[in-house]
Amino acid sequence: MSGRAQALLELADDELVLGWRDSEWTGIAPSLEEDVAFSSIAQNEIGHARALYELAARELGTTADELAFDRPPDDYRCSRFVELRLVPEWDQTIVRHYLYEVADGVRIEELRRSGDSEIAGLAAKIDREEVYHRIHAEMWIDRLRGSREAERADAAAERLYPLALGLLDEALRPVFVERVAAKTGWDFSGEATAPRGEHDDGWEPLWQEMTEVRRSEPGAKW
Amino acid sequence: MVFEVFRQERKGQAFQHAGSLAAPDERFAEEYAREFYGRRGESQAVWVVPREAIHEIDDFADELERNYHRVDGYSLKEKLRAARERAGTSAS
Amino acid sequence: MTGREEAFLEYVQAGGQVETTDWMPDEYRSKLIKFIEMHGNSELMGVLPEREWIGRAPTLQRKLALTAKVQDEAGHAQLIYRVVEDLGKPRERCLDDLVSGKAKFHNVFHYPTRTWGDVGVIAWLVDAAAIISQKALLKCSYAPYARIMKKICWEESFHILHGRDVVLTMMLGTEGQRALVQEALDRWWAPLMTFHGNPIPKVDDPMYVWRIKSQGNEEARQQFLDGYVPQIWELGLTVPDPKLRRREDGVWEYAEPDWDELRHVVTGHGPKTEERLALRRLTREQTAWVRDIVLAEAA
Repeated sequence: MSGRAQALLELADDELVLGWRDSEWTGIAPSLEEDVAFSSIAQNEIGHARALYELAARELGTTADELAFDRPPDDYRCSRFVELRLVPEWDQTIVRHYLYEVADGVRIEELRRSGDSEIAGLAAKIDREEVYHRIHAEMWIDRLRGSREAERADAAAERLYPLALGLLDEALRPVFVERVAAKTGWDFSGEATAPRGEHDDGWEPLWQEMTEVRRSEPGAKW
Repeated sequence: MVFEVFRQERKGQAFQHAGSLAAPDERFAEEYAREFYGRRGESQAVWVVPREAIHEIDDFADELERNYHRVDGYSLKEKLRAARERAGTSAS
Repeated sequence: MTGREEAFLEYVQAGGQVETTDWMPDEYRSKLIKFIEMHGNSELMGVLPEREWIGRAPTLQRKLALTAKVQDEAGHAQLIYRVVEDLGKPRERCLDDLVSGKAKFHNVFHYPTRTWGDVGVIAWLVDAAAIISQKALLKCSYAPYARIMKKICWEESFHILHGRDVVLTMMLGTEGQRALVQEALDRWWAPLMTFHGNPIPKVDDPMYVWRIKSQGNEEARQQFLDGYVPQIWELGLTVPDPKLRRREDGVWEYAEPDWDELRHVVTGHGPKTEERLALRRLTREQTAWVRDIVLAEAA
């Protein structure tokens, strides 16, 4: 597999699994208004995954759905950070959302500079949607940290920040560290992170659930 | 806080009241309005207004004949018939 | 009934519209709140069987569509509860009554979903049954409710297409997939037949008398059968009712539905009632801190 396809799959797998986890809040979010807003974010992430898979699929001679569903669990390149099941903890969900958007913002910026016009073009489209994700995440971070429950945010950050670092190549991490510190003062960059390729315990059960219906009739159209 | 949302479906059209939502402040209200009334690209633009900023007036005094400044105050049929006759231009 | 109440009744029966700040008889207000609240509760509870399948959707498109459908339902619940709030009952009190079992929600949301076949059948037929009632509500005498029904009906139209697409795709698929659809239909037929309520003559239905509903229950059911039984049969699917047929005069005949079952279910004894109310109660408790502290505090 080419480096290009690998990189696309890594990004796509992250967006797919985060979108999957975020969609677990649909119907049970803290308020009905927030339910609608957060569900759009989850759908956007899946939509981004789909577009990324489609790019990779053209190169690999397959389809987006086959890449998203039909690989064995160990072949997925998603990071542990996105695999964590955080429902019903809204504080952890918001902190992950914020940290992810910062990290993803950094790598999308990098992709926009890519010499590969297909990738640069898609990155620009994704970024235009992610502007609103960032606004939403920052809005929540500000509100949470300005409330009586502010320490929940700090506790979540301590747990999740090191894992967030694992989203990025080493070269891009300093930008992430700087941006998060500037907004929140958080800096847990000294902690060890989970290298890509290491899956969370929850990954295998998630993959089982994700692929259950599809595997029931292999090759069928749904 | 309750916010009222007005939406414009297409450029050039009037903004119409679309619904209301509960949000702690304007920032949240904007995000929610964006998703509730625009996630399908169904709105060209949206106004988000705190409900308390809206003042409704629903009673109007109209006791004395005011048809002088309405179309229904002008029935010209008879005068027109008479004027045509006088000018010799009425259709026979 | 007082003279003023009688005049109001005549007004709404002649097609008059009522706004939030207008005077209304106590009976009208309380019937209205009960009706609209039940609708809101139904949207909120309807979310639960469907969201179980979001994680198991077998393609990216289905995952997106199902998430969007459930999102719409949460959005509908929001629109509806806002109407109830403006009538004087806060959302949190509606939710208290819902999770305590005091308030009702529609029968269909008390039943289990077992397979992906249910996902298709629910989106296609349950939503179709609902949209028939919802279209009739566009003429509700209470204008704020009639107005939100426009947005709701507009959004529901994609739900039915999504459901039909899921079903058609499966009917064009393997024997296993076709069997899933038929099996789901076999289970959902009875709840669908009682969905529109027992055939009380509309003049005896207070909701119709006050023009909150503009259609009788049997009228709605006939509309459903007329619209959807041909769609079901043309796919080679069977309906588990040997008596079902369309008469010469256009009226559909069918085996008498189990009205006791309907009553039993909507009073909180459906197969999934307790489990789903418990889930609502739990998620509500788990996120209470967010509402109480983060959303309520001034920035």
